Amino acid sequence: MLSVPHAPPLMHIPDGFLSVAVAVVMWLVSVIVVGYALRMVGKDLGERQVPEMGVLAAVIFAGQMLNFPVAGGTSGHLIGAALATILLGPWAAIIIMTCVVSVQALIFQDGGILALGANIFFMGVVATTVAYFVYRTVQRFSGNKSWGIFVGGFLAAWLSVVVTSIGVALALGVSGTSPFNIALPAMVGVHIVIGIGEGLITAGALAFLYATRRDLITSQDSKPVSRTVWVFGLALALGLALLSPLASSFPDGLEWVAEQSGFLERAMGAPYQLIPDYTFPGVNSPEAATILAGVVGTLLVGGVAFVIARARKGRATAN
Amino acid sequence: MHHTIEVRNLIFKYPDGTHALDGVTFSIAPGEKVALVGPNGAGKSTLILHLNGILSGNGEVKVAGLEVNQNGNLGKVRAAVGLVFQDPDDQLFSPTVFDDVAFGPIYQGLSEAQVRERVDRALAAVRMQEYAGRVSHHLSVGQKKRIAIATVLSMEPEILVLDEPSAGLDPRARRSLIHLLRELPQTMLIATHDLRMVMELLPRTLIMDGGRIVADGATEKILQDEPLLTAHGLEKP
Amino acid sequence: MHVHFLDPHRAGDSVIHRLDSRVKLALTLMFIVTVSLTPFGAWAAYILLLAIVLSVELLSELGIGYVVKRSVLATPFLLAALPLIFTVPGEVLVTAPFLSWNLTITAPGVERFLSIAVKSWISVQMAIVLAATTSFPELLWALRALHVPKLLVAVLGLMWRYIFVLADEALRLMRARSARSGASPQLGGKTGGSIAWRARVTGGMTGNLFVRGFDRGDRIYAAMRARGYDGEARAFAAPPLQIGHWMMLGGGLLVCLLILFIANLVAR
Repeated sequence: MLSVPHAPPLMHIPDGFLSVAVAVVMWLVSVIVVGYALRMVGKDLGERQVPEMGVLAAVIFAGQMLNFPVAGGTSGHLIGAALATILLGPWAAIIIMTCVVSVQALIFQDGGILALGANIFFMGVVATTVAYFVYRTVQRFSGNKSWGIFVGGFLAAWLSVVVTSIGVALALGVSGTSPFNIALPAMVGVHIVIGIGEGLITAGALAFLYATRRDLITSQDSKPVSRTVWVFGLALALGLALLSPLASSFPDGLEWVAEQSGFLERAMGAPYQLIPDYTFPGVNSPEAATILAGVVGTLLVGGVAFVIARARKGRATAN
Repeated sequence: MHHTIEVRNLIFKYPDGTHALDGVTFSIAPGEKVALVGPNGAGKSTLILHLNGILSGNGEVKVAGLEVNQNGNLGKVRAAVGLVFQDPDDQLFSPTVFDDVAFGPIYQGLSEAQVRERVDRALAAVRMQEYAGRVSHHLSVGQKKRIAIATVLSMEPEILVLDEPSAGLDPRARRSLIHLLRELPQTMLIATHDLRMVMELLPRTLIMDGGRIVADGATEKILQDEPLLTAHGLEKP
Repeated sequence: MHVHFLDPHRAGDSVIHRLDSRVKLALTLMFIVTVSLTPFGAWAAYILLLAIVLSVELLSELGIGYVVKRSVLATPFLLAALPLIFTVPGEVLVTAPFLSWNLTITAPGVERFLSIAVKSWISVQMAIVLAATTSFPELLWALRALHVPKLLVAVLGLMWRYIFVLADEALRLMRARSARSGASPQLGGKTGGSIAWRARVTGGMTGNLFVRGFDRGDRIYAAMRARGYDGEARAFAAPPLQIGHWMMLGGGLLVCLLILFIANLVAR
């Protein structure tokens, strides 16, 4: 029952699976974001936070040891990014997850050392950012009622796992170590299921805290979503939008198999036909068109979310 | 006369409104070794946290001639009072024994050479010199308690304040801890449930209950006074 | 009971154990970057890299068996690369009917898959040697010397210290759960209730750990303040690297460049 903790497979990228270019870019992004998070934590939360973050990083690590049997010898357990985000806010959660992932890589070889930058980015930055936005959004719509905490917690945890797996599939695709067109549906499919476990544990933990120490859950609620966080979330979404065509344009796609066997038409034909071809006037290159479409889509979604948040905030202050 | 610890009419309320300290007054002279006993929830730990300014209530707390609540004194007060917490896992928060014992002196602003000398002396005082490079997790509870004491000895305090030093120790480790405490020259205030240790080690006893000092006197007398002990949830050893 | 098995550090007195941890960390990084930069199918270079890692294992006195056994644990991720054997275009090795399609396995696909497997395996072995021959306090010291932010190193240090304490607590919670749930873990670990219920119970235990963590954080903070902590992480400055260390780093770099040169020569 008790195992040396490890997150679900296919989350911690080992060395050898990322091209050096991808690994270095991921390192740079992670260094910048974690550096910023360190500054924010130092400014915002002060000295008290250091022992707390250290111990809670250990809690997450230990929490990953608490597993429960699911089926066929597999077991569900926690990654913890969503829980950390809900309880401590995004900046502290980024630092905590960075520490958890670093110890896993340096001490337990769970994830590589060159790949650590990418693993920090996915489990520290992407997972916490997704969790933060989802949780806050659900909470707003619930009007800060208690169901918002549990539903928000579940969705935040589930989506953080799913989106993170998309990111991992992208990085592998761009590195040429995993065919994106197969890896993406496979990874996402697996993590849609794994994420349910994450969501249930997170909601269970929140239920326990709600019953025993409500102050711990609500301490983050009063803090407004800062503009930096918005910019940050948007930048992240844009980054993913920019990466996706690069990954799917990798020459060794599924198309080649398809040419040989007609596999694509038969197996994937239906879902793929649901996605229309993007063509922007004046843009000839299909890649550029996909990027543009991605960017426009991201801005649209981000804009809608921002307007909704503003409107609700306005209403809240009016009341 | 100069007192090492002087507390006058100290009152402290927790944010939820409970009165943890309800007018505590006592003083301790240099070199005295004093026991602080009483049931759980009597306010012993809260009182201890006031002695070096981690909590601050209303009233007067003077330590080594310094007003604790006065700004600017805090650093000196913390160097003068060595606080040893009940759970050594809270006190030993650094990766290695050396780092833990060096923590206080580093924050006192000493040079590296001075810090190393302090660490050597403190570990020698608790007879744990050979453990400097060890990781605290792998030590026994008794060894952890010794290291916890060393972490404050390295700051060369005038006063040692210990919370439940003998709790959780097996008889042999407890015996060796009592020997160690007897050897240390500092003024001592020990909060404890271990009345047999009090009889052996500490000539004076304070009984605390409901946030007040309800008895103060020679240990011999107080620990013979069965009605008094029973009234405050204690048992004659 | 104490959770000892968590700490992979194995005390020793070998050349590798005694090597300055800053140099060790830098050389490990350099080696792993080199492995990653080696192109697919550069088998001669892989043999050289493997020879280096095996020599380091011998020098470290850990035993090749120990390292190899641990390195196998890192294999599940290979699943992600497996589809490459079908998708990389090139000379067809085998065509196998699978359900209603014909799957073709290609030579370049197999080559790429095996390359990834070998590169990953070599890298993880070096990482294991680093973890097994360097105590975590030494590693922290190296990170600080290499200018990782002090705050981050402080949090890492605290985390590592309390992993063991909290792992003990997690273990006690699990025992308490097993003791009450009636079903024995020997029978396939099946306990009562639906998966959702089990997940909720596990969540409750996680919440419990969080409460303990918050409380312990408060107590540690008090203990730190009692010894003068003012919010700034402080530590001694590391002594400068000696000429010998620089020579080792330079030598390592030279070897890495040489291997990369060979690798690119044989891969074309």
